[in-house]
Formats: sequence, structure tokens, C-alpha cells
Amino acid sequence: MAELFPSQQQQQQQPIGQVEFTQLGAKSFGERLGDGLKAVWHALTINSKVAAGSVIVLIFLLVAVFGPVFVPASANAISHNGSLSPSSAHWLGTTSLGQDIFGQLILGTQTSVLWGFFSGLLVTVLSIVIGLVGGYFGGVVDEILSFVTNVFLVLPGIPLMLVLASYVPPGSLTIALVVAGTSWAFGARMLRAQTLSMRSREFVTAARSNGESTARVIFYEIFPNQLSLVAANFVSTMIQVILAFATLQFLNLGDSLQASWGGMLYWANSQNALLAGQWWWFVPPGACIAVLGAGLSLINFGIDEVADPRLRSEPKIKVPKIKKAVA
Amino acid sequence: MRHLLRRILFYLAAVWASVTMNFFIPRLAPGDPVQLMLGNMEKSGVRPSADTMLSLEASLGVHSSDPIWVQYFKYIYDLLHGNFGRSFTNYPMPVIDVLNQGILWTIGLGTIAVIIGFVLGCVIGIVTAWKRGTIVDSALAPALTFLYAIPPFWLALIVVYIFGFTLGWFPFADGYDTTLNVGLSWDFISSVVYHGFLPALTLVISSLAGWMLVMRNSMVGVLSDDYVMMARAKGLKQSRVLLMYAARNAILPNIANFALALGFVVSGQVLTEIVFSYPGIGDALFLAVQQRDYPLIQAAFLLIALGVLGANFIADMLYAALDPRVRIDRSA
Repeated sequence: MAELFPSQQQQQQQPIGQVEFTQLGAKSFGERLGDGLKAVWHALTINSKVAAGSVIVLIFLLVAVFGPVFVPASANAISHNGSLSPSSAHWLGTTSLGQDIFGQLILGTQTSVLWGFFSGLLVTVLSIVIGLVGGYFGGVVDEILSFVTNVFLVLPGIPLMLVLASYVPPGSLTIALVVAGTSWAFGARMLRAQTLSMRSREFVTAARSNGESTARVIFYEIFPNQLSLVAANFVSTMIQVILAFATLQFLNLGDSLQASWGGMLYWANSQNALLAGQWWWFVPPGACIAVLGAGLSLINFGIDEVADPRLRSEPKIKVPKIKKAVA
Repeated sequence: MRHLLRRILFYLAAVWASVTMNFFIPRLAPGDPVQLMLGNMEKSGVRPSADTMLSLEASLGVHSSDPIWVQYFKYIYDLLHGNFGRSFTNYPMPVIDVLNQGILWTIGLGTIAVIIGFVLGCVIGIVTAWKRGTIVDSALAPALTFLYAIPPFWLALIVVYIFGFTLGWFPFADGYDTTLNVGLSWDFISSVVYHGFLPALTLVISSLAGWMLVMRNSMVGVLSDDYVMMARAKGLKQSRVLLMYAARNAILPNIANFALALGFVVSGQVLTEIVFSYPGIGDALFLAVQQRDYPLIQAAFLLIALGVLGANFIADMLYAALDPRVRIDRSA
């Protein structure tokens, strides 16, 4: 259902800081990168929704990076103490195979967040390359790339992932590739539109007549101007990717031995944790996904308010458009 | 007219692309499905003969001796004649029959869930837009953000746990009471409704936030329009202004979403069907993926893709018909 209702940010065609960026042709790449980062930092701190969302995401990031240090390596190991209720020794009890659920949750946070981050990055790179190249060249190249983008936009994501995952050997890397291969289209379409409006600006013409190579014009001149848009799009991509990852792991199409949120739910379901009433097994992983997702959406909604003054003022007015393929 | 033509061309090309992808994905993937099947057979103690291999190849549409483009045209020829091959797991049942069994369940459950979600979401959206700034509105916003991010399959597990297992109010597997005969008897129909309740509830909850959010935001925009102010100034009843003036226009984006949602019925409820073992297309696709039943996977995916493409097309047309502005600026 989520694919039907893209968050507000995704529909936002105007990037944050669009106005400041229009006259930046003369600045160096480093300066513009700095400006882009500054704009992102500004967006992170200016709005209460963004701030709240960032705190949530930051907590998950810290747990993902440093959490496993405090978890004994034996947490995911099978032991004789199966199906225990929560206690001081096992905060969230144990699985039917005697693995410590709290330890698994922490290790799973690392897998889910880091792999989510990695696939999010892959998706972003794919959409940048396809969107910018299509938008910059125009003509036949653009026609073909737009067509492919629009087809991927309307193809059903989850069934396509299921089908792809059934043909490739299971594992986290293949899931990441499958998720990336099916999620890049929206970002690509947005960046293409943005590039299209930028390719005939003076600074691009100037760079071209200076004899800069095409790749340099695209990725060093045009791309930095879209950095804030890319950063904002990355946030919504992360929500989508983390959900998709958990879904495929829940269907046991990933690495079933590695602790992950989706994988924990798979084991809980297949070991009948529901029938045994072991809520401490299947509630925490899903709750983690939902809270992290909510944190990311908060950032997203907040960025909308920062980017579009109409949304900021009380009463909040949002004029939604529908995500649809445009040929 | 030009807009219509462009859209038709695009969707035809998209159908071709999904058919082509469906053809190439199995062939590009590592591992030959036929060899895999033969391996499975040997493991289970059946020694496959050369005939088995040929018939397997035939049912898969893999004629390894032919050049790839001949295979491709054979595949398309078979599709056009409704020949999807035979299912491995339900051998020798044709794939098309397996899907026929599931399609009614999926469409029945999905359509009802979409309609309920749509009506509920729109009504709540209208109310929250009307009560903007009050407790009702500000309490719902964070709750919805959370609801929006909940993984649908986890929601299904929680629903099973609470209503199916702990409270024991509803059954949580199968589409009907399997001890009953399938037919148009009262017992059978009531068991279908009884069994469908929890899956439908899950689908409604997970879609509610989306409907509501779009409706509320669109409503907030429309309520500040001049003609609504005019209607109020004329002294019309509030309910009339709200429903006949504002909501009528604000519902536009959701109407197009409604057509889309009907197309996403199959795709969107795959996971719900899996968790509830509901006998629909989604569950069939999942079982096929688990058992590497390639003909069934291919046909199920094609069916789902065609459903989504068709719904997108209808949504496009509907939107162009309802909103004249679309016809002009989208052809640019």
C-alpha cells in the first residue's frame, strides 16, 4: 500500500535551497558541496519534526554501529535455554533454540540499518546516474531511459522482488541488489526533471564551452546543485528499502543465519511464537522497523515544511499530487 | 486525443516490457530451472528419463536447442494462446487453473478491503480537515505517522496474535471452513466472511493512513478556496458546504488512487495472504517461489503486472476525464 501514497517529500519537485543555488555557477565544487551540506544541516535543526526524527534515527545508527560491541558473541548462538520469558539474564527472553532475543535485536539492528543504508545508497547512485544522464543528453537517450524508468515505476515492486529473489541465490548482498534494482525509478524521474531544467543554464553552457568533459559537466557542475534534493530523497528511499529488506527476510529469501529484524520475524513465525504467546519474540523487531520508519518519515514531513513555506504556516496546507508515470 | 494515444502506446510498450522481462529473468539467472528440477527429482528417488527432461523443457517453454529469439517468439505465441504451461507442484495441472482458483479469493478480499479503507479513510480525512487544529487532528497526526511506517506483514502477525490467538474471536488460516462443501450455501458464505475478517482488517488498517492523509491534505487546500467561503457566506448548512462543495473537489486525488489501489490489490496483499495462508494469488506466488515452480511464478507475476498496468491506465484515463487540466499539461 505504501507505494500508492508517496510521502509528501517525494512529490516535492522544488529542492530545498533552490533559490540560493541558482547563482552558484562560479563557485568551486568544494564550496558548493559545503553549501549543500550546510543546507542539510540547516534543515536538520530548523524544524521540530526534523529534529525529533533525526534523534530517533541517530539512536538507531548509534545502536547499529556500537551496539554489537556490548553484545556477547554468543547471543545468536544456539543454547539449551530455549523459550525463556523475559528475565534479568535475558531481557527479552530467548528463542525456541535458546538464542538471546535482546542480543539478536541489537545484532539485527546492525544488519538491518547498515544493509538498509547500503541498499539506499545503491538506489540513490542508480537514480542519480540514470536521471542525470537522461536529463542532460535528451533526445533518444532520454526517451529510452525515461521509458525504462516509467516501466519500473508501474511494475509491482513486491512481486517483482519475490520473483527476482527466487532466481538468484539467497543472501544479504543479493537482496540488496534486488531491492536496488526495483526501487530506483522514482528518484531517477525526479532528478531527470531537475536536470532537464538545469541543462540550459548559463553555468552549464559556460562549463561546456570551457571544454569540460561531458561526465565532468554532469557530475561536477550539475550534480552538486541537486545535492539537497538527493539527500531528501535518500531519506524516503531508506524507509522503502528497510521495509523491502525486512519483507524479503521475513519470507526467508535472505541470509537466514544472520540476525536481522525480518529474519527474527521469520523464525518467530515459523517456530510458532504466536501460538506459544511469546510476544517478546515477534513484537520488538516489528516495533523497531516501525519506529525507525516513523523517525525517517518525520524527517521527511519536516523537510517538506522547510522546503515549502505554505506547509509551514498554520494552518498547515498540503496539496498532494498523485504519483503516476508520465511518458 | 493525443494524450490518450500516447498513454495507450506507453502501456502497450510496458506490457511488452513486462512480458519480455518475464522471459529473460529466468534465462539470465544462474542455474537452469530444468536442471534444478531434475536434481530435485533425483533427490526424491525418481530417475528422470530423457523424455522427462524434454517434457519439462516443453512445459517451461525452455527449448534449449533453439536459438534464443526463436524461444522468445515461441514464448509470446504460447502466451497469446493462453498456454502458460503446467505447474510443477500441482503437476499435471495447467498453471492457468491454479491461478483461476486463487484469483477470485484475492479479488474478493482485496476489493472489499479497498472499498472499506477508502470510505473510512476519506470520512476520517474530511473530519480531521474540518476539525483542523483541535485535539482530534493533532492527536491523529503522530499516530498516523507511526501507522504509516508499520510493516504490513508485522501488523498481520499482531492481528493474528490478538484477535485470532489470544482472544480467539476469529480463525486465522484458510479462506473458509475446510470441513464444509464449497458452494452457495449459507454456511459456506458465512464461513468465508468469518475467515476473511482478519485479513481484511489488516489490509484496511495498513491502507487507512494513506487514504486519510491524502484526503485531509487535499481537503485543507480546498477549504481555503474562495468558492467554499462563498458557499458559507450564502448561509448554506455546514454539512452541505462540507460534502457538496469542498469534499466533492477534494476527493479527486483519492479517486485516481482508488483505481490504482484496485490494481494493487493483488500486489499489495501478497504478504497478508502469506501470513493468513489465504488461498489467493499472493499465497500461490509465494508457494511457487518456495518450491521453485517456475511456470507458476512466471504466470503469477505476469498476471499481477497486467493487473497493475491496467489499473494505472484506468487511473490515468479517469484522472484526465475528471480533471481537464491534466489533459493539457501532461502531454508536454
